[in-house]
This record gives sequence, C-alpha cells and structure tokens, in this order.
Amino acid sequence: MDKIQQNLLKEVAGLHEVPEGAYSLRINGKLHGKNSSENIEIVQKTDKPGIDIYVKAGTKKESLHIPVILSQTGLRELVYNDFHIGEDCDVTIVAGCGIHNGGSETSEHSGVHAFYLAKNARVKYVEKHYGQGDGNGKNIMNPTTYVELEEGAYLEMETAQIKGVDSTKRTTKAILGAKSTLIVSEKIMTHGEQFAETEFEVELNGEGAGTHVVSRSVARDKSRQRFVSRIKGNAECSGHTECDAIILDDATVAAVPEILAVHPDASLIHEAAIGKIAGEQLIKLMTLGLTEKEAEEEIINGFLR
Amino acid sequence: MLELKNISYRVGEKEILKNVSLVIDDRFVAITGPNGSGKSTLAKIIAGIVEPTEGQILFDGVDITNLSITERAKMGISFAFQQPVRFKGITVKDLISLAAGKNTNISEACNYLSEVGLCAKDYINREVDGSLSGGELKRIEIAMINARGTKLSVFDEPEAGIDLWSFNNLIKVFEKMYERTKGTILIISHQERILNIADKIIVVAGGEVVEYDDCKKVFPKLIDVQSGCRYTKNM
Repeated sequence: MDKIQQNLLKEVAGLHEVPEGAYSLRINGKLHGKNSSENIEIVQKTDKPGIDIYVKAGTKKESLHIPVILSQTGLRELVYNDFHIGEDCDVTIVAGCGIHNGGSETSEHSGVHAFYLAKNARVKYVEKHYGQGDGNGKNIMNPTTYVELEEGAYLEMETAQIKGVDSTKRTTKAILGAKSTLIVSEKIMTHGEQFAETEFEVELNGEGAGTHVVSRSVARDKSRQRFVSRIKGNAECSGHTECDAIILDDATVAAVPEILAVHPDASLIHEAAIGKIAGEQLIKLMTLGLTEKEAEEEIINGFLR
Repeated sequence: MLELKNISYRVGEKEILKNVSLVIDDRFVAITGPNGSGKSTLAKIIAGIVEPTEGQILFDGVDITNLSITERAKMGISFAFQQPVRFKGITVKDLISLAAGKNTNISEACNYLSEVGLCAKDYINREVDGSLSGGELKRIEIAMINARGTKLSVFDEPEAGIDLWSFNNLIKVFEKMYERTKGTILIISHQERILNIADKIIVVAGGEVVEYDDCKKVFPKLIDVQSGCRYTKNM
C-alpha cells in the first residue's frame, strides 16, 4: 500500500494497516487481501466481483472489516457483497469506500450489499464514504443495500459521507420480520456542486417490527440533496423517519417522506425539517468568543457527529 | 468598569429604552423592574446582540459601541441568556470547553457543573438539546459563564426555572465567581433574595432608569408589602 492508499484506509475505516481478524481489502478493482476467522468465512464470488460472508450462528463480539480503496483515476467498478449472518450472532461490520482521484477521468465505486440476518442476530454496520484528489475527475459512489431481517433480528446502520464525493445515489431496501428492528443513522455533507440522493424503503411485515430512519445533513455552496424515505406498515409495527437538514449558501435540499399504514395497528411517524442555522445558536457561541465562521463550523461539526 | 452614555433604543415608533446613562463599577449589581420595561434589551445592548439607536458604551474606558459580539466577548464580557439555546450534537463538555477557551479536562468541567448543582458524570456527555429540561439548561448556562470567568458577567434572570432547593447554591455560585474574577456581576432579577445581596440595585421602568442606588436604600422601596412595589403598582 502506498501513502495515498494508507490515508484513504485511515479515513474510511480508521485503520492504519491491514486489520487483524476477518477482513477483505479491495484496492483499485482487485482483492488485495482477505482473511477468514474461525467464525467468519469470506469467500470470493466466482460469477461476479465481490464476496460472500458467512458468520456462524452464535458468533459474539467479533468484527469484520471490508474497506474499498480507489486511487487510480478513471476506474469504475461494481461489487457485490452478501452477508449471511447466523442466528444469535452479535457482530460489527466496518465497511467504507475511499476514492483518491488525481486525474481527470471519473472514478466510480458502486457496491451492492445484501444482508440476511437470521433469527435474533444483531449487527452493527458502519460505513463511511470519502473522496479526495486534486484532479478534475469526479468521484462517484452509488451504494445499494438490501436488508432482510428474520424474527427478532436487529440491524443498526451508521453511514456517513462527509467529504469529496461528487455524486452519490444511495438506495436501501429492507424487509422486516416479526419483532425485528432496523435503525438507520445517515450523515451527509455536500459542498461545491455535489449531488447526493438517498432513498430508503422499509417494509414492516412482521408483528412487532420497528424502524427508525434518521438522516442529518448539511448542504453548502451550490450542492443539492434529496432524501426520500418510504415506510410501509403491513402489520402491527412502529416506524419513524426523520430528515433534519441545514442549508448554507445557495444549496438546496428536498425531503420526501412517505408513510403508508395498511394495518390498523401500524404506528408510523415522519418528521422533516430544513433550514439555515438558527441565529440564536450563532449568537450564543459568539458570546463565548467565537467568530461567526467558527460558530458555524462548531454547530455543523456537532450536528454531523 | 462599564459605562452607558445616553443609550436609546427604538423599534419603529416604540421607544424601548430612553436615554439610559449608567456607570457600573460595583461587585454585584442587580437590575429589576416590571416585565417589558427594557431590562433584557439593556443586557443585550451590553453584550452587543442588540445595537442601540443612539448612545455610547464604554468598557474599561474603551468605546465598544461598534464592536461585535465576538470582540466584546474576547474583551471580557459574558452573557447568560434568559432562555438558553439548544444545540443538536453539541455536548455539555463541548460548551464548557468553548466557554473556557481551551479543551477542558473532565475534572475541570466537573467542577463547573458541580457548582451549579449538576452531577457531572450524568451530564458531561449529554447533548445540549431538547432532552434537557429548562432548569438543567439554565444551570449549564450559568456553568458556562463560570468557566469563562470574565471581568463582566451579565445574567438575564438566572433564577427562572431553578427550583428553590438550589437557590442558596445559586447565590454561592455568584459569590465564588466574584472571588475568582474580581469583576462585576450584573444580574437581571425579580427575586428578592438576589436583590437583597446586591451592592446596588438599578430599577428600570418604562425604558428609563428610575432608581440606581445602594441596595439598602432601594430594596425597602421594592419590598413594601402594604402598598406593593411603588414602581410597578400602577402598571
């Protein structure tokens, strides 16, 4: 790994070197290395790019790292990763994609992730997207996520895209069984002329299923964002979707929440708020000695933390 | 020392403050008066949040009339809001650190919180958002001013929303603050126990200073049980 690649790895996965335990590291369109552990097996797909991950039933307190690094300009790839999580597991998965585009061609990584969580499995999934580069080439990431939760399963997804991705379209579709839970917490910041679109579709099919889909975003300069979330309650269930956005400069944000209850005991809520930073927040921090600019940064950093 | 010279503030035709002139140099000064009399506006003019229509403000002899909120804060003016501001994602520790002007370590931050009657370990990592009650926010607001430790601390009704049990502690906080800063503490208050410990009391009514004298001279006039407050009974 060279310096640029090491830096990207640090940004997206908080790693300084190849991690211990189970991992799969993909660099510039090729599998750079992988390691299975006793309980987590990583198998390279043969029919298309990507991996299958099998986590043995009952695996607890283990983690899996699957970062992707692109430092070669003009590379475009589409990768399929499938996660098969056994019953009663409790694992953390750290994914993420970092692009360094120093050239003038477009670099693109599109990952298609599918999660199959068996009964009572618990997964925390953390994903960070990051772009950098001094060329004029665009960095594009279009992740697609498909989630199936069996009875009592719990998936918490934390996704962040804070810097340097010119265009992104994130699509997440989830189907929830009885007493299963899906928590999504999304953080996005766009600047320049970037465009980010996220679309969530959650079907609550089992009795007692629940979901929270929460997006916090900041749009600066002339960037644009669009947040779409659809929650459908097909059983006695609870669903909540929230979009909270700060706009600065000439940025635009659209929030399109949709909730549909097709069962009398479905309880669904949507909230959406878009606006600039509240004047009183700026004033408060200025009375502590911060300049207006410093106050703005402090408020945004807190908001996206 | 803070000096206000002929401060007026108008919104359209309405005069909120009329030609207010004051020299504030004591350890502990209370401003009182009926609701809507212009007390909060006066405090905001001192902090730089509201720009006066006319007049001049001097702080330690320097004309600060045209200085920004930030510049005044850096010179040593602190302001505790009547209604504390909520922030998403910013923690109590963040605000205390920003107030102290350095990355406060846990034990320092804990001291500031304990002084205002909050158990530090329960609060230090809490977000300063809607999950905190009004009273908790008020205490955190006071802790921030304490962490700043500036020459002039202005409080806009610090007692509002704080339960009586902690009232004595609140007064102790002000006393300790003075010991540390040797500066001036200016408090807008309706609470007689706060007014009673002030060195001087300023009474504002109808946008004007109608009384400014030693506590022992002003206080009896305010607390005249038989007739009610002479400044407010006709309002």
